[in-house]
Amino acid sequence: MRTGLGNCSLLLGAAAVMLALSLPSSAQLTQYDLEKRIGMESHVGNITGHAKDAKPEYRRFCVGCHGELGDGNGENFPWVDPKPRDFQLGVFKCRSTPTGTLPTDADLFDTIARGMDRSNMPQWSNLTKQERADLVAWVKHFSPRWVGEKPGTPITVPPEPAVTPERIKAGREVFARVQCWKCHGVLGQANGPSAATLTDDLGRPIAPFNFTEGARPKCGDTDKDIYRIFMTGLDGTPMPSFADNIKPDEAWDLVFYLRTLMSQHSKEKAMAKQLGLKPVDPNAPPPQQ
Amino acid sequence: MRNRYTVVLSAVLLVGVGALILGQKVNAAGESKITGTVKLDGPAPHMKGIDMSKDPFCSKAHATDPGKMETYVVGADGGMENVVLYLSEGLSNPTTETTEPVFDQKNCMYTPHVLALDTDQKFKVVTSDQTTHNIHPLPNPMTGNIPWNQSQPPGAAPVVKSWKAPEVIPVQCNIHPWMHGWFVVVKGPYATTDEKGNYTINNVPPGNYTVTAWQEAAGTQTQKVTVAAGGSASANFSFKAK
Repeated sequence: MRTGLGNCSLLLGAAAVMLALSLPSSAQLTQYDLEKRIGMESHVGNITGHAKDAKPEYRRFCVGCHGELGDGNGENFPWVDPKPRDFQLGVFKCRSTPTGTLPTDADLFDTIARGMDRSNMPQWSNLTKQERADLVAWVKHFSPRWVGEKPGTPITVPPEPAVTPERIKAGREVFARVQCWKCHGVLGQANGPSAATLTDDLGRPIAPFNFTEGARPKCGDTDKDIYRIFMTGLDGTPMPSFADNIKPDEAWDLVFYLRTLMSQHSKEKAMAKQLGLKPVDPNAPPPQQ
Repeated sequence: MRNRYTVVLSAVLLVGVGALILGQKVNAAGESKITGTVKLDGPAPHMKGIDMSKDPFCSKAHATDPGKMETYVVGADGGMENVVLYLSEGLSNPTTETTEPVFDQKNCMYTPHVLALDTDQKFKVVTSDQTTHNIHPLPNPMTGNIPWNQSQPPGAAPVVKSWKAPEVIPVQCNIHPWMHGWFVVVKGPYATTDEKGNYTINNVPPGNYTVTAWQEAAGTQTQKVTVAAGGSASANFSFKAK
């Protein structure tokens, strides 16, 4: 009897230790936390995505880089640069919403289809819309932010005005005033005085966008995409939001001026050539707002 | 008639008791405090100078007074500036600070270098400089504090923000990589040491507390104090440089 009791308490003790070891720690999310959020949904247009339906696609296409727990620590992590996004943090580059807010479901949906230029994230336009919507819900279920927080309100993008030489010149003034050249360089060659020391939010070196290499901006290459990029900023990177310091109309001027720096042919580029537009002078005193 | 007296009497009583309770609260909140000095034990570590030559505005602003790192700011008698003191244990009902402190980007440095804040307390980020900064705090999103990143070109309007959860949050400017500061978010009353290392935590309700002193490089230290109603307690700290 005595030995029996002793055995029993030993067993209980072992069970307690096992339980303590298997409890989810607060520092790192576990499969246990994720199970609780498996009911996560996404809404893109009239499509409803369900996290629970995305598991096969995620495990087939995404897990290699983004990892089983969505922390960006998949088996390819050591070999890819830029590093895969850590979905647990809930911080995203490509948003239509202000800096410091969650992206909309449509933003994530578009990112999956668009891919990330100059990275290992390909375009997933071959997936059906339903599959992509399901993956959006799956991506969201990795971050506790989506449990208590709503996406930000998308910034308003006014209709695009017609390009004129005056607007391109005004855009050049905005480029000089807010000092885009500090990182991107006066010619957009990613060689501004601060370019070499830039790091992302996790302290890893990161290069500013080079406008002159024929590359597409990571968050899209339509005029509207470019407008959104500098107005919302790319969270997780050194690129800040300029929404408080560039008026909507000026923002279009800046979009047109940025087109003149890009190597791709455009009507803006042709106009700038005709104007004989010179790059901004980095040593000129900053004009007052 | 009698009824009327009762009503008047109870009204007077109610006001009287109310005044008494409120009066006591104001008294206790206004007068109890924790004071002390934070000193460095040993010689002040050498602070490296900052090369600001990449930005002519910044280097010109520091032409006569070269900028240097602010990891340790130590006065002549060993008093340590920029140490945050707060009540890490013992607070039962913390109230939110209502002042709106200013975090200035001045001569390509943060003024103050360390800004202590209560949770949900608003603060104002301003720029005094003729060069573009980006203000980029880096909290851990898992705490509930969300990172953001905003540009402030010359003449930009202030950015007003607050933090939800207690956390030590580094803040940086990516354009000027030497610009590095801290938002130290705590729950309840706090103080930051002045250039002599002195501090006063005001509005401390009577009770037993653990006072924590935080210094960005030297770490944290704690002390137990008892604060009597209307009185004051004292806690001095001594750090060794790491």
